[in-house]
Order: sequence, then C-alpha cells, then structure tokens
Amino acid sequence: MTANSVLQITVYVLVLLACAKPLGGYMARIYEDRPAGLNRWLAPVERLIYRLCSVNPAVEMRWTDYTVALLLFNLLGLLALFALQRLQGVLPLNPQHLPGISPDSAFNTAVSFATNTNWQGYGGEITMSYLTQMLGLTVQNFVSAATGMAALVALTRGFARRNADTIGNFWVDLTRGTLYILLPLATALALVLVSQGVVQTFSPYRTVALTQPVTYEQAKLGDDGQTLEDAAGNPVTETVAVREQTLAVGPAASQIAIKQLGTNGGGFFNVNSAHPFENPTPLSNFLEMLAILLIPAALCHTFGVLIGDTRQGWAILAAMTVVFVTLIVVIVPLEQAGNPALSALGVDQQPQASQPGGNMEGKETRFGITNSALWALATTAASNGSVNAMHDSFTPLGGMIPMWLMQLGEVIYGGVGSGLYGMIVFAIVAVFVAGLMIGRTPEYLGKKIEAYEVKMASLVILIPPFVVLVGTAVAVMVDVGKASVANAGAHGFSEILYAFSSAGNNNGSAFAGLSANTPFYNTALGLAMLFARYWLAVPTLAIAGALAAKKVVPFGPGSLPTHTPLFVVLLIGTVLIVGALAFLPVLALGPVVEHLQLFGAH
Amino acid sequence: MSNEKSHASLYGPDIRTPALKRPHSALLGPELLQQAVWESFGKLAPQTQFKNPVMFVVYLGSILTTLLWLQALFGQGEAPAGFIFAVTVWLWFTVLFANFAEAVAEGRSKAQAAFLRSAKRDIMAKKLDAPRRDANYSKVASPLLRRGDVVIVEAGDFVPGDGEVIEGVASVDESAITGESAPVIRESGGDFSSVTGGTRVLSDWLVVRISTNPGESFLDRMIAMVESAKRQKTPNEIALTILLVAFTLIFLKTTATLLPFSLYSVETAGGGQPITITVLVALLVCLIPTTIGGLLSAIGVAGIGRMMQKNVVATSGRAVEAAGDVDVLLLDKTGTITLGNRHASTFIPATGVLENELADAAQLASLADETPEGRSIVVLAKQKYGLRERDIHALGATFVHFTAQTRMSGVNLEGRQIRKGAADAVSAHVLELGGTFPRQIQSLVDDVARRGSTPLVVADGARALGVIELKDIVKGGIKERFAELRQMGIKTIMITGDNRLTAAAIAAEAGVDDFLAEATPEAKLKLIRKHQEDGRLVAMTGDGTNDAPALAQADVAVAMNTGTQAAKEAGNMVDLDSNPTKLIEIVETGKQMLMTRGALTTFSIANDVAKYFAIIPAAFASTYPVLGVLNVMGLATPASAILSAVIFNALIIVALIPLALKGIRYRPVGAAQLLRTNLLIYGLGGLIVPFIGIKAIDMLLVSVGLV
Repeated sequence: MTANSVLQITVYVLVLLACAKPLGGYMARIYEDRPAGLNRWLAPVERLIYRLCSVNPAVEMRWTDYTVALLLFNLLGLLALFALQRLQGVLPLNPQHLPGISPDSAFNTAVSFATNTNWQGYGGEITMSYLTQMLGLTVQNFVSAATGMAALVALTRGFARRNADTIGNFWVDLTRGTLYILLPLATALALVLVSQGVVQTFSPYRTVALTQPVTYEQAKLGDDGQTLEDAAGNPVTETVAVREQTLAVGPAASQIAIKQLGTNGGGFFNVNSAHPFENPTPLSNFLEMLAILLIPAALCHTFGVLIGDTRQGWAILAAMTVVFVTLIVVIVPLEQAGNPALSALGVDQQPQASQPGGNMEGKETRFGITNSALWALATTAASNGSVNAMHDSFTPLGGMIPMWLMQLGEVIYGGVGSGLYGMIVFAIVAVFVAGLMIGRTPEYLGKKIEAYEVKMASLVILIPPFVVLVGTAVAVMVDVGKASVANAGAHGFSEILYAFSSAGNNNGSAFAGLSANTPFYNTALGLAMLFARYWLAVPTLAIAGALAAKKVVPFGPGSLPTHTPLFVVLLIGTVLIVGALAFLPVLALGPVVEHLQLFGAH
Repeated sequence: MSNEKSHASLYGPDIRTPALKRPHSALLGPELLQQAVWESFGKLAPQTQFKNPVMFVVYLGSILTTLLWLQALFGQGEAPAGFIFAVTVWLWFTVLFANFAEAVAEGRSKAQAAFLRSAKRDIMAKKLDAPRRDANYSKVASPLLRRGDVVIVEAGDFVPGDGEVIEGVASVDESAITGESAPVIRESGGDFSSVTGGTRVLSDWLVVRISTNPGESFLDRMIAMVESAKRQKTPNEIALTILLVAFTLIFLKTTATLLPFSLYSVETAGGGQPITITVLVALLVCLIPTTIGGLLSAIGVAGIGRMMQKNVVATSGRAVEAAGDVDVLLLDKTGTITLGNRHASTFIPATGVLENELADAAQLASLADETPEGRSIVVLAKQKYGLRERDIHALGATFVHFTAQTRMSGVNLEGRQIRKGAADAVSAHVLELGGTFPRQIQSLVDDVARRGSTPLVVADGARALGVIELKDIVKGGIKERFAELRQMGIKTIMITGDNRLTAAAIAAEAGVDDFLAEATPEAKLKLIRKHQEDGRLVAMTGDGTNDAPALAQADVAVAMNTGTQAAKEAGNMVDLDSNPTKLIEIVETGKQMLMTRGALTTFSIANDVAKYFAIIPAAFASTYPVLGVLNVMGLATPASAILSAVIFNALIIVALIPLALKGIRYRPVGAAQLLRTNLLIYGLGGLIVPFIGIKAIDMLLVSVGLV
C-alpha cells in the first residue's frame, strides 16, 4: 500500500471511531428519554405526532405486540411505495413525464426500500419521478432505518430489564429515532453535500451544449428500418455529431444524505455515488463514506450505555473494526496490484503522481484505488449498498471480499440497528459454546442463554445463508436466471451469487454485470429481501422478549468476561467460521477459480 | 450421638472422597467393550437414530450411498463402485462408532444398575399388627408392603423397604447401597432414623414404619435413574442439540446447493464432470458436527456415571448439569468446615479460683460424660494438670445427665453439686442456689465466644469456678478448598447455630466468604430464596428433617445417606458416603460435563477447515483443475482425499470416546484463563489435528495401495 493509502485509511477509521462515543451517547439519551437538547426542543412535535396517530407513548408492548406493530408498519410502507410507483404517471412532480412502473419492478423496489436493502433493479433518473423519489424512496430510507434501530433498542431492553414482560413501545422508538437522530443528521449532511455541488432542485432535466462535440459514424437505416447497403454490399454510413447532452437533476442531496446515513444505499441516479452530481468531490466522498458506518458504529456505544456497561459495546465495536481494518489491508493491495492481463500487454499499472495505477476499470479517477476499495468495503460491511465504483470490475478476489462481507450476515457494522442485533446474536452463539467450555450454563450480559434463545439465534444465523444459496441455486438452474448473466464462466456465476448475497443480507449493492430488472430476478430477489429482513427481525425480537423476562445473573469470577480481547477474538472467530464454512465451496467456484484462472494464465 | 458410621465419615478429617468401594467396571473393560460392540449394531434401528438429529443425517447419508453402490454394482453408477463402497463403509462406521460411544457409556451405568438390582431382593417382612415391638407379626412378602405399614426387623434380617425407625437401636450393614462395609447405627428419633430397603440389621432390632409404596423405594429410584440416564435430555443438552442442528442445516444447504452450482460450472466452464452424490454426502458428513453429535449422549451418561463413582446418586441429569452452575454453596459448619466434636482447650478460672481447682471440678463433672466434648475435658485435665481419671463409682458419685431442660450435666458427691453447662443455664442454677454469677465470668464467656470457641461454665454448688473453652477444630485443607471455590466463582456461606461472634471467628479461620449465624430452618430458606432472587444458583447439603424445606428450595441439594427420609426426598442427589465436602466434587463433575460438551463442539467445528481443504479441490478436480492449489496437504488423488477425510471423521469419534467418558479436566483457575486454555487446545488443536490426521491416512491409503 502506498503511504497515501495508509494515510487516507487511517484518517477515515480514526474519524469514524472518534464519532462513535459522542453520537452513541446522544442516541442512548434519545432512546432512554433523557434530556439531549433536541428531544426537549422538539417535544411538542413528538407529542403532536402521537396525538395525530392516537398513540399512547406510555404504553409498553410485549415482544409480540412490538413485532406486530413493526411488521404492520413496514407492510403499510411497502404497499404505499408500490402504489406510488404504479401511479407516478398521473401524479405531480414528474417533469420528465415518466410512466408508471411495471408490477414486478415496483414490487421489487417497494420491498427493497422497506427492508432497508435498496437493491435497485431500475435506473433512477430514467424511471422514478421526483415525487416517487422524495415521498416514496426517501421516506422509506428514513423509516426503514428507524425500524432497524427500534428493533435493536428493543433487544437492548431485553438485556437491560429483569423479570419484565415488555420491551418498549415500537411507535415511540420509531418516532424518536427518526425525529431526533436521522432527521437532524440527514439535514446537516444534505446541506454540506449541496455545498459540494450535489444537486437539489425541482427543475426538469437540463439540456446543455457539450464543450467538446462528439462525432461518430453510424450505419444509415432505410425507411424499412433495415441497414442500407451500397452496390458493393457494404453498409452505408453517416456521420453523426453530438453537440448537446441531457443532464438529469432533481432533489438529490436530501435523498443521498439519508441513503448513506440509514445504510440504505439506493442512489438517486443509476450509477449511485459514482455520479458527479451525487458525489462530486473528495470531501463529499469522505463524508458520504463516513456516513455509511457512522450510525452502525456509534450504536455499539449506545448499546453499551443502555445495558449499563459501556465496555460491552466497545468490545463489539472492536470486533467489527478488527475485521474491517484487516479486510481493508487485504483489498487495497489486491486492487492496487492491477490486472495481470494488462501487465502482460505492457500497461504500466504502477501508482505515480499522474495516475493511481492498479485496477482502475470501473473506478472514478477522482476517487482512485484507495477510496474506491474503502467505499466498497464500507458499503458491504454495513448493509448500505451504495457504490462509488463498479464492484463487478474489481479483481476477482477484490470483488470477493465485499461479497463475503455481505455473506457474513451483515454484522461487521451492518445495517443501522440490524447489523448490531445480528452481531449480538452471533455473540449469543459464541457465548453459548464458549460458556460451556468454562463449565457453566452460558450467559451473556447476565442473561442465561437457554434452548429458546439458541433456537431463535440459530434461525438468525441460518436464514441468510439459506436465502443466498437456495436463491443462487434456483437462478443457475432456470433459463431465465442464466439468461441475465453478462459474462461466461466463473465470473458469471459470481454475478448471480453476488446478487443473492446482496438481497439475502439486505445490502443492495450489485455486480453490475447481471441484468436483474427481469420478472424472475425482481420476484426472486424481492422474496430474498423479505425473508432476510423479517425472518431475522422476528426471532431477534423473540430473543428480546425472552431475555427481558429473565433474571440477571450477577457477574463473578466464574462468569465469562465478554469485554476482553479474548472475547473479541472469539466473536470474530464465530462470525468468520460460520461465514467461511457456509460459503467456502461456493466462493471457490466463483471468485477463487476466476482468480486462479486469471493469474494462472498470466 | 454415638454413631460410628457418622463419626467415621461425617467428622473424619478426610475431606476428599474415599476410594471407590463398589465394584466398578474399568473404563473400557473387555467384557464391556464386547457388549458395546453388539449394542452399536442394535442401535441402528431408525427410531433410535432419529433421536440424535446429527447422526440421523449420517445414517440417511449412509443408506443413500449404499443404494448408489448397489446401483454402481448392478448398472450404471455415478462413480466407480469400489470408491462408493469405501465411502459407504466408512459412513456406516461413523454411525456405528457413535452408537458404540453411547453403548460404552451406558454399559458402565448398566453395570451399576445391575449391582443395585442385586441388592433388591424379595424379603419376607415381619409385619406388625400394631406399631409396638411386642405386637404380633405376620410374614408378608416385601413387595406387598404399603406406605404406613410397620415391620420389625431383627438381627440377621434384611430391611424390607425404605422407612423410618420408630423404635429401637441397631447396627445396620448398608454396604449393599453404599459399598461401605463398616456397619452404621440406626435409631429412632433424631437424624439417623431412616433405613433403606435391602440393608441388613446386624445386631439388636428395629421397628420400622415403611415410607414408600412398592416401586418407589430409594433403590428403585436409583436403578431407574441409572438406566434412564440416556433418555432424558437435560436443558443444556437440548440447547446444544438445537445449535448442532442449525450447523447441520447450514452445511446441508451448503452441500445440497453445490450440485446445481457444479452443474452450472460444468456448463459454463465447458468441461469436467459434475460433483457426484457420493462426494456430496461425504462432504456433508465431514462438515456436520458428527464428533460432538456422536459423543453428546455419551458425555451425559458418563457424567451421571462419574457421580455414581463418587458415590453420589443424582435423581436427574438436570441436577448434575445445574451443579456446574452453582454460584453459592451453603455449608454446615459442623462436620463440613469443622470437625464434628469440639475439644476442650483451656480452663480459665474466675478470680480467686486456682486453675487446678477448676480443672478438678471440670474433670469430676465430665467423668461420666461420654460425649466427645466430655471426653476431651477429661483428657485435657490429665494432660495439662496431671489429674488422673478417677472411678466415679468408687467416689460414690451420681452422674447428672444433660437434659434439654437443664442444659447442664455434672455429678453429685459428698454434698457437692458440680455442674458444667451453657453460661446462662449455669448462671440461673447458681442464682437459684443463692450464689452470685460474677460479671468477670460473663466477660470471660464473651471472650471465649469471640474467639470462635464455645464456653462452658463450671460451678461447684453456688460458686461459679470458671470457664472451659471448647474449641472448634477447622478441618485441615479446607481453607485451600474454599480458595479454589472462590477461583471457580463460587461463594461459600457457612451455616451454624452458633452466635454471631463464634460464627464470625470460625468463618474467618476457615476462609468462607460469609456466614449465617443462629441459623433456623426459616433463616436458611430465606437465605436461599434471597440468593435465587438475585439470579444465583444455590447448592447445599443437609441431613435432618428440618433441612428438608431448604433442600427442596436449593437448586442443587445433596442429602446425606445417613440423613432422614424427608431430607433424602427433598434433595436431588444423595451422597452415599454422607460426606458434606463432596459438594465441591459434585460441582466439579457438573462443570466437567459442560466443558466436555463445549470443547468437543469447538473441536468439531474447527475440524471443518481442514476437511474443506481436502474435499473441495478433489470434488471439482475435473471441472476446475486450478483449484488444485487448495490441496495444501498434497493428498494423492481426489478419491484418496475424500476417503481420508471421511475416515478421519469416523476415527476421531473413537479416539475421543475416552475423553467423553472421563470428561476434560477442570482446574479452578477462573473463567478467562479456562477459556483461553480450552480454546487453544480444542479450537486451535481442532484446526491443526485434522490436517495431520487426514494427511497420515492418505499416506497410509497410498502405501497399502488402496487408492
């Protein structure tokens, strides 16, 4: 790695960790309803929301009620978004007169945004009206994130409470998370992004003159649409000159801020944060990248505060960070090393003052190797899924690492809320096996881990690999699945596997090579996203309910300490072993083979 | 209290379990092994296999590959018949080895049950018409006795059933139950009034009220327990099984989806053969946690078996498991922490009284006192003051026995009334005789109590002479054991009837964490409940009827076999040696059982890494030869690689049977240290061992020309 790489990575990680404590503490205050400034100034707004929705904030819910509320609210959001897409042709704020969206694509997108996945089978600027982007997608960006955070807070209460039968009020958690955490952060970030040149307007798309007009030859067509041929049988060509271009604009900054902060990832434009109007400068890139991991990292501290032992939160954050940093150190050199096929052709891939070197295919020159690889890692570590480079064009192993990060279950930071609750479930599994090794019935944070919790935890670690592997298996067996693959060989297999890894873990990023906007993929990936989100949230809340009802076992010298480096290693080991063992064969058939073939041939 | 047996084991200085007394089968005796081999085949019945989900998957896989082998033998097979046959054979071995492990563990328990059953014989009981010794009796077969019947058991008779002695004193041979050959005394009233069916009265007679109906006796329960140990899964076993099933499902879908992935790869790579079902089954069996799956029930059965070896009968596997979780130990002071009998250590005269005078009076008052305390006073007088023992009859003295009312004992001679007893009793006595009880003596009494000793005041007539200090002797080595317990994270609480001052002094000397003084049954119960409400698991021992409520409340309750029927029924374990310190070993056995499960689970999962490196390159050798770089072990051929992994997977079960039966060693070093050690041994070891093992098997296969 170049010194410049090391410096950029170090600054990024340090700033991220520095933000975790203040933001984490603030979020804890919000969820505990302790004074934190905003939640006092805006209290009337909060009360008004409850009154309008006839919610009594003082009513506590059992885990079942909490789950039902969560599911109903998400279903409602999903249906609203579906309707909005289907009807956008007749609704206002549609300057480009974009038509309503096909049922399968609308279903896929509605599921995608309600589940915090933001898989995008469509291209934003040619599909969605401003109204759909703002009222549909952006709103879901907020509430799907707040839903994940609410579920996490509910699980936290399961640990913090004793002999209790309730785990909080979903409506209150949802409202507070949105109003006091996501809205202010998103507003601030949107304003900064606008300052960097991210667009925010209701104007229709602009047509601008090209500073460098482009001319090219094109086959001339006859009236019947067939290519004209001259007497010798050669095609007749004509010269076309392009002097102007349509630039898509719109209310982008407001959506981009929350898509990054809420680990949503659904871009306003098709190429996401590789688009200059979505991510124009190195500073905007840094802030957007920081926003990806900001809340998931800070929530670890929130968790520590809420359970009354901040060391526990730091231990989990440490486990996440160790895996993240290790993989950065692996992926950046992989991309920097470049493509041996190009080296064989005599292309200079060494970093110099004038070029970043390395594998620059599919990367923006303004971001280079380090920031592209770092973003790829952050976006797949968290279940964000936004991109500033094309993962499909990464080197085989460079592309495998983001894919594997998703396959680990989106627990290395992970989605806002969902990542941490997934990690806590892994901790429960780790504690279960390790606890046995010290000769006690396992307990985590003073709560005994028994058959019921193990059963629910098993579901949580079982379902994502199930969805990913079975989905991929179905796709490679049916013709409609295989037809969408752009590349032959192992890489084509990786494209399908990546799509299901992304949907089956609610990430949303894509290997661009796969044409996924087909009825088959829209439906299959839509179902994968639904299963991955709710079949995990429900058992997690069940654990919350079961834990809340338990007594707290006091910590003693015979208890397993869960804040030590040893435990961090154990937790990492559990995540990696489960992830590696489930996916090693399938990765061997995709990226590993591709890598061996590529480097074997050169 | 003149019970030889209880003195021998309750108050003996030995705090470790005495050596085994009952005939136990060796760990792996040839006879037992032979029987286990047969049973491993018997356990192939589907309904038996179904109970163990992990091994059931192996079982189904074996059937599937057997069918594939037959197909290859008689028609178009997916792979050479010889290869499928070799894989199939080793898959069946995997199943059989797991059955064998269980059978060996059960075999040991069955031998114990058979031994117990030999004690259960039909006895002709002498059933009394009325609960008196001199009532008429009729002979009735023991299985016909009902609860409430009263029988007489005379010298040479077997006790026909469990019961309570209501009249008489006799020495009883309980070796059939406890393995202890020294006879014990059973008498009506008090804490030594229970008798167990199948034991034999050696001398004198007992009138016994039968307390159980046929089939419910202690012996019946013990046999049922030992035999059914394998059938009831404990809560932790259930939880672990769920996790193992989850792992199995993960690997099931990993391997099942490999078939379509392989077909697609062949299609897109344009060459090679898709993976065969045989290889998929082999991969699946290697990946799923068969090591722990195959040994899980053996670990549980062996845990209960190890308790039996320590002469502890647990009434459920759940109790053994809970023992590992104990946070608080309640220990009776007397017999557990201190030797049962207190010894006179000093005579402290009142002002104006000579030491010799006090010693003389104390000796006279104790001459006829046969209690250990009384004897020790006589001994002290002799050793320290040269006062020889005198014949009480020659002195013409009459002995005054201790009664609960007077709480004093002593002698009357030549008009003298010498008494010794508790300070308040003697004080009342002296005042009654018109004397005074000096304040100085009261302060001497307080001093002695503060030192953790028991003060006895001696008076001659109306004159209080001074104080005898009776010292509690803390057992040697007990302090170190408490320190170990503290390391294990277990808090020790001493229970005593003594006052706070005495209790505090002994507690400090013995090194317990806390104590409950002036303990009443209610106070004990309250203490247990308080700790349980705080989320702690409480263990205690007890033998008296008044311990029964506390025993019933405690999570791990060990009743002494010498104790009353009520205590035995309230507890969930019975210690046949009646050694209260054994609680510590019970806790260790419980921990060992959990640790063995955790260690083998870790080992099992860690093994998978090496198996992948063996099988994946082999499975896709024809489609993607480049994957050969993953063959880091340099295994000879794809067939030998797969076969070596399967063979290793089967053999490791056999190799770990001794560990499963013995349990991994527990050392009281604190949780973090223990975890580090076990992670290193079973986690890291589990990563490395299969690389070596699979390579070795592969080399062996090549050298004998099998592949």
